[in-house]
Amino acid sequence: MSTTFKVNGKAVTVDVPTDMPLLWVLRDVLDLKGTKFGCGIAQCGACTVHLGGVPTRSCVTPVAAVAGKDITTIEGLSPDGTHPLQRAWEELDVPQCGYCQAGQLMSAAALLARKPKPTDADIDTAMNGNLCRCATYLRIRQAVHLAATLPANVASPVGRAKP
Amino acid sequence: MKTSSPVTRREFVQVALVAGGALVIGTRVGRAARVMGAGSRGLADFVPNPFIRVSPDGMVTIIAQNPEIGQGVKTMLPMIIADELDVEWQSVRIEQAPLDTSKFTQQSAGGSTATPNHWTRMRRVGAAARAMLVSAAAQTWNVPEGECTTTAGTVTHLPTNRGLKYGDLLERAAAIPAPTLESVVLKDPKNFRIIGQRIRGVDNHAIVTGTPLFGIDVTMPGMLCAVIEKCPVFAGTVQSANLDVIRTQPGVKQAFIVEPGQGNALNGLLGGVAILADNWWAARQARTKLRVVWNEGATAEQSSAGFSDRAGELARQAPQRSVRKDGDPEAALSGAAKVVRAEYFYPFLAHAALEPMNCTAWFRDNKLEIWAPTQSPANGRGLVSRTLGIPETSITIHITRSGGGFGRRLNNDYMVEAAALAVKAGVPVKLLWTREDDIRHDFYRPAGFHFLTGGVDRSGKLTAWRDHFVSFGEGERFAPAAGLGATEFPQRFVPNFALDASVMPLGVPTGFLRAPTSNGVAFVVQSFLDELAHAAGTDPLDFRLALLAGAPDGEGVNAARMKGVLELVAEKSGWAARKKERGRGMGVAFHYSHRGHFAEVVQVSVTRQGGLTVEKVWVAGDIGSEVINPSNAENQVQGSVLDGIAEARFQEITIDKGRAVQGNFNDFPLLRLNQAMPIEVHFRKTEFPPTGLGEPALPPVIPALCNAIFEATGRRIRRLPIGKQDLSWVS
Repeated sequence: MSTTFKVNGKAVTVDVPTDMPLLWVLRDVLDLKGTKFGCGIAQCGACTVHLGGVPTRSCVTPVAAVAGKDITTIEGLSPDGTHPLQRAWEELDVPQCGYCQAGQLMSAAALLARKPKPTDADIDTAMNGNLCRCATYLRIRQAVHLAATLPANVASPVGRAKP
Repeated sequence: MKTSSPVTRREFVQVALVAGGALVIGTRVGRAARVMGAGSRGLADFVPNPFIRVSPDGMVTIIAQNPEIGQGVKTMLPMIIADELDVEWQSVRIEQAPLDTSKFTQQSAGGSTATPNHWTRMRRVGAAARAMLVSAAAQTWNVPEGECTTTAGTVTHLPTNRGLKYGDLLERAAAIPAPTLESVVLKDPKNFRIIGQRIRGVDNHAIVTGTPLFGIDVTMPGMLCAVIEKCPVFAGTVQSANLDVIRTQPGVKQAFIVEPGQGNALNGLLGGVAILADNWWAARQARTKLRVVWNEGATAEQSSAGFSDRAGELARQAPQRSVRKDGDPEAALSGAAKVVRAEYFYPFLAHAALEPMNCTAWFRDNKLEIWAPTQSPANGRGLVSRTLGIPETSITIHITRSGGGFGRRLNNDYMVEAAALAVKAGVPVKLLWTREDDIRHDFYRPAGFHFLTGGVDRSGKLTAWRDHFVSFGEGERFAPAAGLGATEFPQRFVPNFALDASVMPLGVPTGFLRAPTSNGVAFVVQSFLDELAHAAGTDPLDFRLALLAGAPDGEGVNAARMKGVLELVAEKSGWAARKKERGRGMGVAFHYSHRGHFAEVVQVSVTRQGGLTVEKVWVAGDIGSEVINPSNAENQVQGSVLDGIAEARFQEITIDKGRAVQGNFNDFPLLRLNQAMPIEVHFRKTEFPPTGLGEPALPPVIPALCNAIFEATGRRIRRLPIGKQDLSWVS
């Protein structure tokens, strides 16, 4: 059965069972590997994407539920990796293994869109569903605060990882 | 895990000018160097051990040889080479090496060994290349090498201030005889320009943009995605399965029984039922229809409750054997002013790396190619070769980034499974475990039981220590990661010391979890020391400092270094001035592991109802003369501390009827953001070679936390996890 929706601004039609989770449509059908599988039961947040701007666990979201909707994944967070959060994450050297960070960034991006200057309590609430097994939490919190101070739309990334 | 591998073999540097004009420089172990000049024929005979490639445009490619599991080694080892090579970090490109035992040594991630194993070697690799570039420039100018120096990828002739960029010296450098690595002159550390700088992870940009990096991201043409169902009882086997039903499920392409490997024990191919489909979810869905009749085997009789009962029985009997005895503990205990007895327990733990176990394999033309997030690719290749009868020379292993390791990926069971599936399937196969597979088929941190007696004399000095350690194993052999060594602290620091051991059989796989052994025994030793300090009426910090004073030198704890970090953490945490009030407390502990000396202080508050808040942690560490990458070092320490706190507070794997009860993050919780507290990290630099940082900061935080809870509540934590204990108090 075919389902049509938008991913990162582009319309896609997939011919898959309607109960197939969005996560596996993204990863195995559309070859967007940035969204990660961690638990399969909405406990870890590694699979977080935006559904109409709302952070959503794609591992428990059947593809039927996104028909006609707009999905944003980590690949579409910014055209060139320069979202203030991406720059802040690089500048503060947040990642250790890095596996959870796409989900962390998507949750943080939804928070900043809603609340441009979040408090620690706002961050705790918005990000508590995103597990980091390496426990980079102190830097995650710091990076969300830093991103809130960075201008959007900067041509060259401030925090580009040194090559 | 505590291995020592000094650089003893002779190593040589090889050079060649390869097609495209890039200078290849690498080390070659154990054989004489063969140097190929510019334009030389016979490159096919050249066996490079490439670490460095300098391009004509001045770009330098540095090969990262070890698996990156989040410990930062893909950035750290190349930093060392780049510094000695004397190039700008900005002009460096990093490439991950595949497994290649002919070119690289110790290509693994475990035991916090990368720094001690490779520090000198990586420096020499960089310095040797630099020396050759200097020689090339000196020849070009016809001047003595001693008049030349380097900065940022350029050789300068000091008297005339002429300069030549590395990229312009490639042909001539390739003709320079390679120095032996032992002969090259290394930088004075005060001239380090990259080592000691806060360098960001080289994969950060790829990570924050969702670029494929991890094992789970691998994809191949015509690839099938697979699940494997194994017996919930460890090492149970398939009697029958409804494969006919499974083969008719949507998207399923193949389904078959995987036979166990011969003589593999628990860390090999256990066998099960494999389902291969167009996409992973289809395979996972089909699995819900799978019905298997298992031969569960004898392990089905085992349970955590049974282990606990048996441990109690063993503790009441004479120990099965003595691991270590110094002095006369019995006499010292009977003459002690105060004697303390206590029983300590820590549970089985899973690793729960966030990227579930997975591996991709492709078998074609009798050759096997594997893409694996693994900590020990060479062991994996050996296992695959032995199990499937494929020569190691026909197996290629690509090392992908790992979404966490923590010791789990030292076992390559998932690799041999993927390989077995690929051999049978004839197409590329990506095997991916569910989270439940991952938690229920782990190599657990073994549970441990310690039955302790300690004595202090009238002056408050610790005079006797006896530990009857009840663990798992058979006869003289401990199960993997379930043993204790004869020199485990406080051996050598207490005149009358006994470590005895008794073991019980275990059918549950065990293995190395971050800071193995230490993550359990530090809790026991440093908590019991606290009990003895209180019995002696001495401040826990002073009691520890007194214990460290005057011990003979030996393997393990260096008393002066440990005293240094203890005093530093006491100063930073304001230990001496802490307020003592009910419901608030500070605890201190130290531990030596993986060559690192760490002392930590934890501050907690506990409500009358027993609600625990960890308010702050102070860490003082001594990992030698250099902190190679302070940004990553701080990240590793903070992560280790939070990891330890999560283990101590929440985590436990329970065995029931030979199965792991827990299966996902709802019942095996990880720490969450709102539970992370400020952590101050301080390093004390000493004149010792730099050592690793993936593990040693973890062990002391657990007893420091428990000791803080005691100070706040008067409740002594002798069993983990803390979350199962009552912390309520009355004033």
